[in-house]
Amino acid sequence: MSNWERFLDTFFNTKVMAKYAPDIAYGMLITVELAALVIVSGLLAGLALALVRSLGFRVLNLPIVFAVDLFRALPPLVIIVFIYFGLPAVDLSPSAFVSTWLSLMFVLMAFSEEIFWAGITSIPKGQWEAARSTGLSFGQTLVNVVLPQALRLTIPPLTNRTIAITKGTALGSVVALNEILGMASSAVSNSYNPSPLTLGAAAYLVLFLPMVIVGRWLETRMRWKR
Amino acid sequence: MGLVVEARGLHKHFGALHVLKGVDLLLAERELVFVIGPSGSGKSTLLRCLNRLEEPSSGSVVVDGVDLLHPRTNINHARQRIGMVFQSFNLYPHMTALGNVTLALRKVAGKSRAEADEAGRAALARVGLADRAGHKPGELSGGQQQRVAIARAIALEPRVMLFDEPTSALDPELVGSVLGVMRDLRESGMAMVVVSHEMGFARNAADRVLFMDHGVVVEEGPPRAIFEAPTHERTRAFIGQIQKH
Repeated sequence: MSNWERFLDTFFNTKVMAKYAPDIAYGMLITVELAALVIVSGLLAGLALALVRSLGFRVLNLPIVFAVDLFRALPPLVIIVFIYFGLPAVDLSPSAFVSTWLSLMFVLMAFSEEIFWAGITSIPKGQWEAARSTGLSFGQTLVNVVLPQALRLTIPPLTNRTIAITKGTALGSVVALNEILGMASSAVSNSYNPSPLTLGAAAYLVLFLPMVIVGRWLETRMRWKR
Repeated sequence: MGLVVEARGLHKHFGALHVLKGVDLLLAERELVFVIGPSGSGKSTLLRCLNRLEEPSSGSVVVDGVDLLHPRTNINHARQRIGMVFQSFNLYPHMTALGNVTLALRKVAGKSRAEADEAGRAALARVGLADRAGHKPGELSGGQQQRVAIARAIALEPRVMLFDEPTSALDPELVGSVLGVMRDLRESGMAMVVVSHEMGFARNAADRVLFMDHGVVVEEGPPRAIFEAPTHERTRAFIGQIQKH
Protein backbone atom coordinates (compact mmCIF):
# COMPACT_ATOMS: atom_id res chain seq x y z
CA MET A 1 0.00 0.00 0.00
CA SER A 2 1.49 3.31 -1.04
CA ASN A 3 1.48 6.34 1.27
CA TRP A 4 -1.21 7.95 -0.82
CA GLU A 5 -3.43 4.88 -0.59
CA ARG A 6 -2.83 4.71 3.15
CA PHE A 7 -3.88 8.38 3.44
CA LEU A 8 -7.06 7.78 1.47
CA ASP A 9 -7.84 4.66 3.49
CA THR A 10 -7.39 6.59 6.74
CA PHE A 11 -9.31 9.77 6.01
CA PHE A 12 -11.49 8.99 3.02
CA ASN A 13 -12.51 5.40 3.62
CA THR A 14 -15.76 5.24 1.63
CA LYS A 15 -16.97 2.04 3.28
CA VAL A 16 -16.67 3.54 6.77
CA MET A 17 -18.15 6.79 5.58
CA ALA A 18 -21.16 5.12 4.04
CA LYS A 19 -21.76 3.14 7.20
CA TYR A 20 -21.70 6.13 9.51
CA ALA A 21 -23.25 8.73 7.20
CA PRO A 22 -26.72 8.34 8.79
CA ASP A 23 -25.20 9.00 12.22
CA ILE A 24 -23.50 12.15 10.97
CA ALA A 25 -26.75 13.23 9.31
CA TYR A 26 -28.53 12.80 12.64
CA GLY A 27 -25.77 14.86 14.27
CA MET A 28 -26.31 17.55 11.67
CA LEU A 29 -29.96 17.73 12.61
CA ILE A 30 -29.07 18.23 16.28
CA THR A 31 -26.46 20.83 15.36
CA VAL A 32 -28.94 22.75 13.19
CA GLU A 33 -31.58 22.75 15.91
CA LEU A 34 -29.10 23.84 18.51
CA ALA A 35 -27.54 26.50 16.29
CA ALA A 36 -30.92 27.97 15.36
CA LEU A 37 -31.96 28.15 19.01
CA VAL A 38 -28.66 29.71 20.04
CA ILE A 39 -28.75 32.34 17.28
CA VAL A 40 -32.36 33.39 17.77
CA SER A 41 -32.34 33.43 21.57
CA GLY A 42 -28.81 34.82 21.90
CA LEU A 43 -29.33 37.72 19.49
CA LEU A 44 -32.77 38.58 20.91
CA ALA A 45 -31.43 38.53 24.46
CA GLY A 46 -28.43 40.66 23.42
CA LEU A 47 -30.63 43.20 21.65
CA ALA A 48 -33.01 43.33 24.62
CA LEU A 49 -30.13 44.02 27.01
CA ALA A 50 -28.71 46.72 24.71
CA LEU A 51 -32.12 48.41 24.55
CA VAL A 52 -32.51 48.31 28.31
CA ARG A 53 -29.01 49.73 28.62
CA SER A 54 -29.86 52.59 26.25
CA LEU A 55 -32.50 53.79 28.75
CA GLY A 56 -29.54 54.89 30.85
CA PHE A 57 -30.59 53.68 34.32
CA ARG A 58 -27.50 53.02 36.40
CA VAL A 59 -29.22 50.38 38.54
CA LEU A 60 -29.96 48.36 35.41
CA ASN A 61 -26.72 49.06 33.61
CA LEU A 62 -24.37 47.79 36.29
CA PRO A 63 -25.76 44.22 36.35
CA ILE A 64 -25.94 44.19 32.55
CA VAL A 65 -22.32 45.24 32.16
CA PHE A 66 -21.29 42.74 34.84
CA ALA A 67 -23.13 39.83 33.20
CA VAL A 68 -21.84 40.78 29.76
CA ASP A 69 -18.25 40.98 30.94
CA LEU A 70 -18.59 37.69 32.80
CA PHE A 71 -19.86 35.75 29.79
CA ARG A 72 -17.33 37.35 27.49
CA ALA A 73 -14.50 36.36 29.81
CA LEU A 74 -15.49 32.73 30.52
CA PRO A 75 -14.63 30.08 27.92
CA PRO A 76 -17.92 28.59 26.63
CA LEU A 77 -16.72 25.10 27.53
CA VAL A 78 -16.37 26.11 31.18
CA ILE A 79 -19.95 27.39 31.17
CA ILE A 80 -21.23 24.18 29.58
CA VAL A 81 -19.44 22.03 32.13
CA PHE A 82 -20.64 24.25 34.95
CA ILE A 83 -24.27 24.04 33.87
CA TYR A 84 -24.24 20.34 33.00
CA PHE A 85 -22.26 19.06 35.99
CA GLY A 86 -22.85 21.91 38.44
CA LEU A 87 -26.58 22.55 38.33
CA PRO A 88 -27.57 19.00 39.40
CA ALA A 89 -26.13 20.00 42.80
CA VAL A 90 -29.09 22.35 43.17
CA ASP A 91 -31.53 19.73 41.87
CA LEU A 92 -31.61 21.02 38.32
CA SER A 93 -30.52 18.52 35.71
CA PRO A 94 -30.51 20.16 32.32
CA SER A 95 -29.89 17.77 29.44
CA ALA A 96 -26.72 17.99 27.37
CA PHE A 97 -28.73 19.80 24.70
CA VAL A 98 -30.16 22.37 27.09
CA SER A 99 -26.79 22.89 28.82
CA THR A 100 -25.04 23.57 25.53
CA TRP A 101 -27.86 25.78 24.31
CA LEU A 102 -27.95 27.91 27.48
CA SER A 103 -24.17 28.33 27.58
CA LEU A 104 -23.85 29.43 23.98
CA MET A 105 -26.94 31.60 24.27
CA PHE A 106 -25.39 33.47 27.21
CA VAL A 107 -22.11 33.92 25.36
CA LEU A 108 -23.80 35.15 22.18
CA MET A 109 -26.05 37.39 24.28
CA ALA A 110 -23.01 38.95 25.92
CA PHE A 111 -21.06 39.56 22.73
CA SER A 112 -24.05 40.72 20.71
CA GLU A 113 -25.15 43.09 23.49
CA GLU A 114 -21.76 44.78 23.24
CA ILE A 115 -22.04 45.00 19.45
CA PHE A 116 -25.64 46.29 19.50
CA TRP A 117 -24.69 48.78 22.19
CA ALA A 118 -21.72 49.99 20.19
CA GLY A 119 -24.01 50.37 17.16
CA ILE A 120 -26.57 52.39 19.13
CA THR A 121 -23.98 54.70 20.67
CA SER A 122 -22.25 55.26 17.32
CA ILE A 123 -25.33 57.01 15.92
CA PRO A 124 -24.59 60.75 16.09
CA LYS A 125 -26.35 62.77 18.77
CA GLY A 126 -27.77 65.00 16.03
CA GLN A 127 -30.00 62.13 14.87
CA TRP A 128 -31.57 61.91 18.32
CA GLU A 129 -31.93 65.68 18.52
CA ALA A 130 -33.49 66.06 15.09
CA ALA A 131 -36.03 63.34 15.82
CA ARG A 132 -36.83 64.55 19.32
CA SER A 133 -37.20 68.13 18.04
CA THR A 134 -40.06 67.00 15.79
CA GLY A 135 -41.85 65.54 18.80
CA LEU A 136 -40.83 61.89 18.52
CA SER A 137 -40.54 60.20 21.90
CA PHE A 138 -37.39 58.43 23.10
CA GLY A 139 -38.85 55.07 22.11
CA GLN A 140 -40.07 56.24 18.70
CA THR A 141 -36.67 57.75 17.98
CA LEU A 142 -34.92 54.56 19.03
CA VAL A 143 -37.15 52.33 16.90
CA ASN A 144 -37.55 54.50 13.79
CA VAL A 145 -34.33 56.46 13.56
CA VAL A 146 -31.52 54.98 15.65
CA LEU A 147 -32.02 51.21 15.48
CA PRO A 148 -32.40 50.95 11.69
CA GLN A 149 -29.05 52.70 11.31
CA ALA A 150 -27.39 50.94 14.23
CA LEU A 151 -28.44 47.47 13.07
CA ARG A 152 -26.87 48.01 9.65
CA LEU A 153 -23.59 48.96 11.28
CA THR A 154 -23.68 45.90 13.49
CA ILE A 155 -24.23 43.35 10.76
CA PRO A 156 -20.59 42.65 9.81
CA PRO A 157 -19.24 42.20 13.38
CA LEU A 158 -22.42 40.44 14.43
CA THR A 159 -22.22 37.88 11.62
CA ASN A 160 -18.65 37.06 12.50
CA ARG A 161 -19.41 36.66 16.20
CA THR A 162 -22.53 34.64 15.54
CA ILE A 163 -20.68 32.21 13.31
CA ALA A 164 -17.78 31.88 15.76
CA ILE A 165 -20.08 31.20 18.71
CA THR A 166 -22.47 28.94 16.83
CA LYS A 167 -19.58 26.69 15.82
CA GLY A 168 -19.21 26.17 19.56
CA THR A 169 -22.08 23.68 19.28
CA ALA A 170 -19.22 21.20 18.77
CA LEU A 171 -18.36 21.73 22.44
CA GLY A 172 -21.55 19.86 23.29
CA SER A 173 -19.66 16.65 22.46
CA VAL A 174 -17.89 17.04 25.81
CA VAL A 175 -21.18 16.48 27.65
CA ALA A 176 -22.10 13.64 25.26
CA LEU A 177 -24.41 15.67 23.05
CA ASN A 178 -25.11 13.82 19.81
CA GLU A 179 -24.25 16.70 17.52
CA ILE A 180 -21.95 16.37 14.51
CA LEU A 181 -18.64 16.13 16.34
CA GLY A 182 -20.07 13.84 19.04
CA MET A 183 -21.43 11.45 16.45
CA ALA A 184 -18.22 11.58 14.43
CA SER A 185 -16.06 10.87 17.50
CA SER A 186 -18.03 7.83 18.54
CA ALA A 187 -17.99 6.61 14.94
CA VAL A 188 -14.20 6.95 14.96
CA SER A 189 -13.97 4.88 18.16
CA ASN A 190 -16.26 2.21 16.80
CA SER A 191 -14.65 1.90 13.39
CA TYR A 192 -10.99 2.44 14.37
CA ASN A 193 -10.86 4.79 11.38
CA PRO A 194 -10.89 8.65 11.35
CA SER A 195 -12.89 8.94 8.11
CA PRO A 196 -16.12 9.89 9.98
CA LEU A 197 -14.26 13.02 11.14
CA THR A 198 -13.75 13.99 7.50
CA LEU A 199 -17.45 13.51 7.01
CA GLY A 200 -18.11 15.65 10.08
CA ALA A 201 -15.88 18.40 8.73
CA ALA A 202 -17.83 18.29 5.47
CA ALA A 203 -21.06 18.53 7.45
CA TYR A 204 -19.81 21.66 9.23
CA LEU A 205 -18.85 23.20 5.90
CA VAL A 206 -22.30 22.46 4.49
CA LEU A 207 -23.89 24.20 7.49
CA PHE A 208 -21.60 27.14 8.06
CA LEU A 209 -20.33 28.10 4.63
CA PRO A 210 -23.81 29.32 3.61
CA MET A 211 -23.93 31.38 6.82
CA VAL A 212 -20.65 33.05 5.90
CA ILE A 213 -21.93 33.76 2.41
CA VAL A 214 -25.26 35.12 3.62
CA GLY A 215 -23.36 37.34 6.05
CA ARG A 216 -21.27 38.74 3.25
CA TRP A 217 -24.37 39.34 1.13
CA LEU A 218 -26.16 41.13 3.98
CA GLU A 219 -23.10 43.28 4.49
CA THR A 220 -23.08 44.60 0.93
CA ARG A 221 -26.85 44.87 0.68
CA MET A 222 -27.22 46.91 3.85
CA ARG A 223 -24.76 49.57 2.82
CA TRP A 224 -26.17 52.98 1.95
CA LYS A 225 -24.80 56.31 0.90
CA ARG A 226 -24.41 58.97 3.53
CA MET B 1 -49.98 91.21 19.17
CA GLY B 2 -49.48 87.88 20.96
CA LEU B 3 -46.14 86.49 21.94
CA VAL B 4 -45.15 83.18 20.36
CA VAL B 5 -42.07 82.70 22.50
CA GLU B 6 -41.71 84.07 25.98
CA ALA B 7 -38.45 83.05 27.63
CA ARG B 8 -37.51 84.85 30.80
CA GLY B 9 -34.56 84.74 33.16
CA LEU B 10 -32.90 81.75 31.49
CA HIS B 11 -29.84 80.37 33.22
CA LYS B 12 -27.88 77.37 32.08
CA HIS B 13 -24.95 75.74 33.83
CA PHE B 14 -22.79 73.03 32.29
CA GLY B 15 -20.98 71.87 35.39
CA ALA B 16 -18.86 74.82 36.46
CA LEU B 17 -19.57 76.70 33.23
CA HIS B 18 -22.27 79.33 33.48
CA VAL B 19 -23.38 79.55 29.84
CA LEU B 20 -26.59 81.58 30.11
CA LYS B 21 -26.77 84.25 32.77
CA GLY B 22 -30.34 85.42 32.88
CA VAL B 23 -31.42 85.80 29.25
CA ASP B 24 -34.85 87.01 28.14
CA LEU B 25 -36.16 86.41 24.66
CA LEU B 26 -39.61 87.55 23.60
CA LEU B 27 -40.80 86.81 20.09
CA ALA B 28 -43.99 88.24 18.65
CA GLU B 29 -46.04 86.61 15.93
CA ARG B 30 -44.58 87.09 12.46
CA GLU B 31 -41.37 88.40 14.01
CA LEU B 32 -37.86 87.38 12.98
CA VAL B 33 -35.23 87.74 15.67
CA PHE B 34 -31.60 87.29 14.77
CA VAL B 35 -29.10 86.23 17.43
CA ILE B 36 -25.46 87.07 16.83
CA GLY B 37 -22.38 86.85 18.96
CA PRO B 38 -18.94 85.26 19.19
CA SER B 39 -18.68 81.49 19.55
CA GLY B 40 -19.20 80.39 23.12
CA SER B 41 -21.47 83.36 23.82
CA GLY B 42 -24.41 81.04 24.58
CA LYS B 43 -26.53 81.75 21.51
CA SER B 44 -26.94 78.11 20.47
CA THR B 45 -27.67 77.08 24.05
CA LEU B 46 -30.35 79.79 24.23
CA LEU B 47 -31.94 78.44 21.06
CA ARG B 48 -31.83 74.86 22.34
CA CYS B 49 -33.51 75.91 25.59
CA LEU B 50 -36.48 77.15 23.56
CA ASN B 51 -37.53 73.58 22.68
CA ARG B 52 -35.92 72.00 25.73
CA LEU B 53 -33.28 70.08 23.82
CA GLU B 54 -31.26 71.74 26.54
CA GLU B 55 -32.81 71.82 29.99
CA PRO B 56 -32.54 75.37 31.42
CA SER B 57 -31.11 75.42 34.94
CA SER B 58 -33.67 78.07 35.84
CA GLY B 59 -36.05 80.51 34.19
CA SER B 60 -39.23 80.02 32.21
CA VAL B 61 -40.02 79.18 28.60
CA VAL B 62 -43.54 79.60 27.26
CA VAL B 63 -44.14 78.78 23.60
CA ASP B 64 -47.54 79.33 22.02
CA GLY B 65 -49.04 79.63 25.48
CA VAL B 66 -47.58 76.32 26.70
CA ASP B 67 -45.20 76.36 29.65
CA LEU B 68 -42.43 74.03 28.43
CA LEU B 69 -40.89 73.57 31.85
CA HIS B 70 -44.09 72.62 33.63
CA PRO B 71 -43.85 69.00 34.83
CA ARG B 72 -47.23 68.13 33.34
CA THR B 73 -46.45 69.53 29.90
CA ASN B 74 -46.15 66.84 27.23
CA ILE B 75 -42.91 68.00 25.66
CA ASN B 76 -43.34 65.79 22.58
CA HIS B 77 -46.66 67.46 21.92
CA ALA B 78 -45.26 70.92 22.45
CA ARG B 79 -42.30 70.29 20.15
CA GLN B 80 -44.56 69.81 17.15
CA ARG B 81 -45.25 73.54 17.41
CA ILE B 82 -41.51 74.38 17.46
CA GLY B 83 -39.58 73.57 14.30
CA MET B 84 -35.82 73.32 14.52
CA VAL B 85 -33.13 73.33 11.85
CA PHE B 86 -29.58 72.30 12.70
CA GLN B 87 -26.18 73.29 11.41
CA SER B 88 -25.40 69.73 10.30
CA PHE B 89 -28.87 69.04 8.77
CA ASN B 90 -29.25 65.79 10.75
CA LEU B 91 -31.35 64.10 8.10
CA TYR B 92 -32.03 60.40 8.63
CA PRO B 93 -29.64 58.78 6.13
CA HIS B 94 -31.65 55.55 5.81
CA MET B 95 -34.80 57.32 4.63
CA THR B 96 -35.73 59.21 1.48
CA ALA B 97 -36.36 62.95 1.58
CA LEU B 98 -40.08 62.22 1.77
CA GLY B 99 -39.50 59.64 4.51
CA ASN B 100 -37.57 62.23 6.53
CA VAL B 101 -40.41 64.73 6.19
CA THR B 102 -43.26 62.31 6.90
CA LEU B 103 -41.88 60.36 9.88
CA ALA B 104 -43.12 62.79 12.54
CA LEU B 105 -46.30 63.48 10.58
CA ARG B 106 -47.18 59.81 10.93
CA LYS B 107 -45.78 59.05 14.36
CA VAL B 108 -46.46 62.30 16.20
CA ALA B 109 -49.21 64.11 14.29
CA GLY B 110 -50.99 60.79 13.77
CA LYS B 111 -51.62 61.18 10.06
CA SER B 112 -52.22 58.17 7.83
CA ARG B 113 -49.48 57.33 5.35
CA ALA B 114 -51.47 58.87 2.49
CA GLU B 115 -52.17 62.09 4.40
CA ALA B 116 -48.58 62.31 5.57
CA ASP B 117 -47.27 61.78 2.03
CA GLU B 118 -49.50 64.53 0.74
CA ALA B 119 -48.43 66.98 3.45
CA GLY B 120 -44.81 65.88 3.03
CA ARG B 121 -44.83 66.47 -0.71
CA ALA B 122 -46.40 69.88 -0.17
CA ALA B 123 -43.63 70.77 2.30
CA LEU B 124 -40.94 69.58 -0.12
CA ALA B 125 -42.57 71.67 -2.85
CA ARG B 126 -42.39 74.74 -0.60
CA VAL B 127 -38.61 74.36 -0.34
CA GLY B 128 -38.36 73.71 -4.09
CA LEU B 129 -37.54 70.01 -3.85
CA ALA B 130 -40.74 68.36 -5.07
CA ASP B 131 -38.66 66.40 -7.59
CA ARG B 132 -36.29 65.02 -4.94
CA ALA B 133 -38.87 63.26 -2.76
CA GLY B 134 -37.48 59.81 -3.53
CA HIS B 135 -33.80 60.67 -3.02
CA LYS B 136 -31.77 59.64 0.00
CA PRO B 137 -29.86 62.40 1.83
CA GLY B 138 -26.57 61.01 0.50
CA GLU B 139 -27.74 61.76 -3.04
CA LEU B 140 -28.50 65.42 -2.29
CA SER B 141 -26.24 68.46 -2.05
CA GLY B 142 -25.74 70.17 1.30
CA GLY B 143 -28.10 72.96 0.35
CA GLN B 144 -30.76 70.48 -0.72
CA GLN B 145 -30.29 68.49 2.49
CA GLN B 146 -30.79 71.59 4.58
CA ARG B 147 -33.92 72.46 2.63
CA VAL B 148 -35.26 68.95 3.28
CA ALA B 149 -34.53 69.55 6.96
CA ILE B 150 -36.54 72.78 6.78
CA ALA B 151 -39.37 70.91 5.04
CA ARG B 152 -39.27 68.28 7.80
CA ALA B 153 -39.84 71.02 10.37
CA ILE B 154 -42.46 73.10 8.53
CA ALA B 155 -44.51 70.05 7.55
CA LEU B 156 -45.64 69.88 11.17
CA GLU B 157 -47.02 73.44 10.82
CA PRO B 158 -45.07 74.89 13.71
CA ARG B 159 -45.82 78.27 15.31
CA VAL B 160 -42.15 79.16 15.43
CA MET B 161 -38.98 78.03 13.66
CA LEU B 162 -35.58 77.89 15.32
CA PHE B 163 -32.52 77.99 13.07
CA ASP B 164 -29.17 77.01 14.59
CA GLU B 165 -26.50 78.25 12.17
CA PRO B 166 -28.37 76.76 9.20
CA THR B 167 -25.82 77.80 6.57
CA SER B 168 -22.52 77.37 8.45
CA ALA B 169 -21.85 73.89 7.10
CA LEU B 170 -22.63 74.81 3.48
CA ASP B 171 -20.36 75.62 0.59
CA PRO B 172 -20.73 79.34 -0.21
CA GLU B 173 -22.54 78.75 -3.50
CA LEU B 174 -25.25 76.70 -1.72
CA VAL B 175 -26.00 79.26 1.00
CA GLY B 176 -28.28 81.34 -1.23
CA SER B 177 -30.82 78.57 -1.82
CA VAL B 178 -31.27 78.00 1.91
CA LEU B 179 -31.54 81.71 2.67
CA GLY B 180 -34.08 81.98 -0.14
CA VAL B 181 -36.28 79.38 1.52
CA MET B 182 -35.90 81.16 4.86
CA ARG B 183 -36.93 84.43 3.22
CA ASP B 184 -40.05 82.80 1.74
CA LEU B 185 -40.87 81.40 5.15
CA ARG B 186 -40.51 84.83 6.68
CA GLU B 187 -42.78 86.34 4.06
CA SER B 188 -45.41 83.75 4.85
CA GLY B 189 -45.45 85.17 8.38
CA MET B 190 -43.58 82.44 10.25
CA ALA B 191 -42.12 83.59 13.57
CA MET B 192 -38.41 82.75 13.55
CA VAL B 193 -35.36 82.82 15.79
CA VAL B 194 -32.17 82.60 13.77
CA VAL B 195 -28.67 82.05 15.12
CA SER B 196 -26.36 82.75 12.22
CA HIS B 197 -23.39 84.65 10.89
CA GLU B 198 -25.20 85.70 7.70
CA MET B 199 -25.12 89.40 8.43
CA GLY B 200 -26.45 90.40 5.03
CA PHE B 201 -29.53 88.28 5.65
CA ALA B 202 -29.88 89.79 9.11
CA ARG B 203 -29.82 93.30 7.70
CA ASN B 204 -32.51 92.56 5.13
CA ALA B 205 -34.81 90.18 6.90
CA ALA B 206 -34.53 90.61 10.68
CA ASP B 207 -36.95 92.70 12.71
CA ARG B 208 -34.63 92.66 15.67
CA VAL B 209 -31.04 91.65 16.33
CA LEU B 210 -29.76 90.37 19.67
CA PHE B 211 -26.05 90.56 20.35
CA MET B 212 -24.93 88.04 22.95
CA ASP B 213 -21.61 87.73 24.68
CA HIS B 214 -20.55 85.67 27.73
CA GLY B 215 -24.08 84.41 28.37
CA VAL B 216 -25.93 87.72 28.39
CA VAL B 217 -27.75 89.82 25.81
CA VAL B 218 -25.46 92.81 25.56
CA GLU B 219 -27.55 94.82 23.18
CA GLU B 220 -30.64 94.45 21.04
CA GLY B 221 -32.48 96.54 18.49
CA PRO B 222 -33.37 96.87 14.83
CA PRO B 223 -30.61 95.62 12.50
CA ARG B 224 -29.77 99.10 11.28
CA ALA B 225 -29.12 100.31 14.83
CA ILE B 226 -27.05 97.28 15.82
CA PHE B 227 -24.93 97.18 12.69
CA GLU B 228 -24.45 100.88 12.10
CA ALA B 229 -24.66 102.47 15.52
CA PRO B 230 -23.89 99.89 18.21
CA THR B 231 -23.84 101.50 21.63
CA HIS B 232 -21.73 98.93 23.48
CA GLU B 233 -18.02 98.56 23.06
CA ARG B 234 -18.26 94.74 22.79
CA THR B 235 -20.91 94.98 20.08
CA ARG B 236 -18.80 97.48 18.17
CA ALA B 237 -15.77 95.22 18.40
CA PHE B 238 -17.73 92.17 17.19
CA ILE B 239 -19.41 94.01 14.30
CA GLY B 240 -16.04 95.47 13.35
CA GLN B 241 -14.47 91.99 13.36
CA ILE B 242 -17.03 90.37 11.11
CA GLN B 243 -17.22 93.28 8.71
CA LYS B 244 -13.51 93.08 8.04
CA HIS B 245 -14.11 89.79 6.21
